[in-house]
Amino acid sequence: MRKSVSAMLLVAAMLLMAALTGCGEDKKPAEAPKAEQKPAAAAPAPAAPAKEMQVGFVYVSPVGDVGWSWAHDQARKAIEDMDGVTTSFVESVPEGADAERVIQNMARKGYDIIFTTSFGYMDPTLKVAEQFPGITFMHCSGYKTAPNMSNYFGRMYQARYLTGMVAGAMTKSNILGYVAAFPIPEVIRGINAYTLGVRAVNPKAEVRVVWTKTWYDPATEKEAAKSLLDVGADVIAQHQDSPGPQEAAQERGVYSVGYNSNMSQFAPKSHLTAAVWNWTPFYKDVVEKVRKGEWKSGAYWPGIETGIVGVAPYGDMVPQDVRAKVDARKAEIVAGTYKVFSGPVKDQNGAVRVPEGQVLSDQDMLGMTWFVEGVVGSTQ
Amino acid sequence: MFLPRVVKRQEPLQWGSFFIFAAALVVSLGVSCALLAVHGKPPLKALAVLWSGGFGGPFALEDTLLKSIPIFLCSLGVAVSFRMQVWNIGAEGQFALGAVGATWAVLTFPVLPLWAMMPVMFLCAAVAGGLWAAVPAVLRLRFGMNEIISTLMFNYIGILFLQFLVYGVWKDPTSFGFPMTSIFPKAAIIGPISPATLGRVHWGLAVCAGVAVLLAVFLKRTRLGFELLAGGENPRAARYARMPYNLLVLLVMSLCGALAGFAGCIETSATVNRLQPSIMVGYGYTAIVVAWLSRLRITSIALFAFLLAGLRVGVEHLQLDLQVPAAFGGILEGMILLSVLAGQFFDRYRFTLKGRS
Repeated sequence: MRKSVSAMLLVAAMLLMAALTGCGEDKKPAEAPKAEQKPAAAAPAPAAPAKEMQVGFVYVSPVGDVGWSWAHDQARKAIEDMDGVTTSFVESVPEGADAERVIQNMARKGYDIIFTTSFGYMDPTLKVAEQFPGITFMHCSGYKTAPNMSNYFGRMYQARYLTGMVAGAMTKSNILGYVAAFPIPEVIRGINAYTLGVRAVNPKAEVRVVWTKTWYDPATEKEAAKSLLDVGADVIAQHQDSPGPQEAAQERGVYSVGYNSNMSQFAPKSHLTAAVWNWTPFYKDVVEKVRKGEWKSGAYWPGIETGIVGVAPYGDMVPQDVRAKVDARKAEIVAGTYKVFSGPVKDQNGAVRVPEGQVLSDQDMLGMTWFVEGVVGSTQ
Repeated sequence: MFLPRVVKRQEPLQWGSFFIFAAALVVSLGVSCALLAVHGKPPLKALAVLWSGGFGGPFALEDTLLKSIPIFLCSLGVAVSFRMQVWNIGAEGQFALGAVGATWAVLTFPVLPLWAMMPVMFLCAAVAGGLWAAVPAVLRLRFGMNEIISTLMFNYIGILFLQFLVYGVWKDPTSFGFPMTSIFPKAAIIGPISPATLGRVHWGLAVCAGVAVLLAVFLKRTRLGFELLAGGENPRAARYARMPYNLLVLLVMSLCGALAGFAGCIETSATVNRLQPSIMVGYGYTAIVVAWLSRLRITSIALFAFLLAGLRVGVEHLQLDLQVPAAFGGILEGMILLSVLAGQFFDRYRFTLKGRS
């Protein structure tokens, strides 16, 4: 037994060695000049639009999730339809060491623009960006930049606020449930904006938060929604990528508010509206700018006025007066005359965080770790 | 009757063993190719992309080698406890605790020089991982609690404990509230061996080699190592021969915890340079697959850790170049595991058409 196994191993090892050295010798000369060519090839690219532009996307979840990655992939497909552009993506990439490898391999294969669409890709993207100065990197939802790397996001909190207004008008129990992923600023900001929206139309209502510590886990997220329904919530909102919470709400015959995309197909009877992403105009703009050589590194945070975030069509159950009220507020936000986090804003303990007449700065919003008054739950 | 019967082999297979393995590999790749063809992807090109992405070329080898380091260390530990017939599936949680232990050392003694920092980090990682694994061992020995259940449950607790720290007291105040510790000081980062020739391959590889040699010597050349192997073959006989069975169980569990802890320490320090929850990507579970495939032998563990790592790296290239869904990687891996394990059946048994004599 032992003999046979070691014999097998020996052969396998020998084969492997032969294959490896063989490949190593074959590939090395081919690979080396390629790597040297890259910066040279990337530099004239903007001037010569004849070259096909390659755009790569790195996603944290599978594109079939009808959630976060799906929304980005819709925009990728739109870019694919542009002239002289080809795209590809790698899905389900964990945010640790694997992300760096995936991004690096895209860069090595000569992609011109690389979109990395999860917070945890920030440091890996930065590391690779430093090695490939000729390639444009776009990182979503972080805060670091480099000469060839921008960060970008959309002001989803504006859409959250508007969906909160709908929810606040529709609740009867004055208890609203919110199934949330992780206690990071992006999610906390969304919960706060939603709560401000709820209490703008219904000051007595409270928003109860449950953390699932998952982004995409349909079973867990559905269970979390049920736990909120059990304490009397009659509208379920979510910061998750699965439609699990929507289904839970429909099964109990109460209302729900979706996220990422229009989730009404999963819960037509309960789906009031959803806070949705539309990355297409922004992504097309980036590709055009890079092609013309006009792209500049920076931190981009466009709002609802650009269409990057929005509110999905209302369900039939939403009455006309509620729709009119929300649409009017939306118009004010689009026009810039109303800001979601304008004072007075109190935190859970009743302490004033934003005094009357002031507006929370972008910096403070990006690092938000506290809940506004009206949220029941902890930011841990 | 001409019904085939299963007969135990009297003679061990010599070369046949390798051919069975090769055949299993061919079968699983064949089925995967058929799946790809059904999906409308060119199967042969896919195999070429898989090979070149995982193994063909210096970049591919660098990527694969890096990914195999944590898998190898976790598998070593798992294999040692499986040899003792201690079914420790808690490498994932022990990995988490190792990362926590190493990070604790870095945050507590941030100004240590490199020569002191590294041993302290590895020691803390080993102690944290080892103690974490020792608890289920004690539960089993003292109260007869099944270690499969307890180690699995301890995984969840370990991972949540890591999250608790990173979302709470260890959170970097300058991270805008995002869950991660500060970047480690330079002395606490395991660096590359030789950036010019080996790229990003870091000193963690040397740790793997050292640990493997020490473990081999321990198992083959020491009395305790012999008792450990013998105790696994037959616990009752081991007890009868006055071998310290309880001590051995405690030892293999702690050893596994320490090795998984090393892996956690290396991943934290060398690849992300800080502690963050995303270092948990299931290496502890992959380790179980590798341990089984390699039939718990150290050299085979190295081989299979490398192969599995290459497969995972290659599948990313399949996605990028041919737009094959990520789920295909899981299917391919499962297929290989199943067919190789099924093939091992023929190592010990054969079919015969002869009637009963």
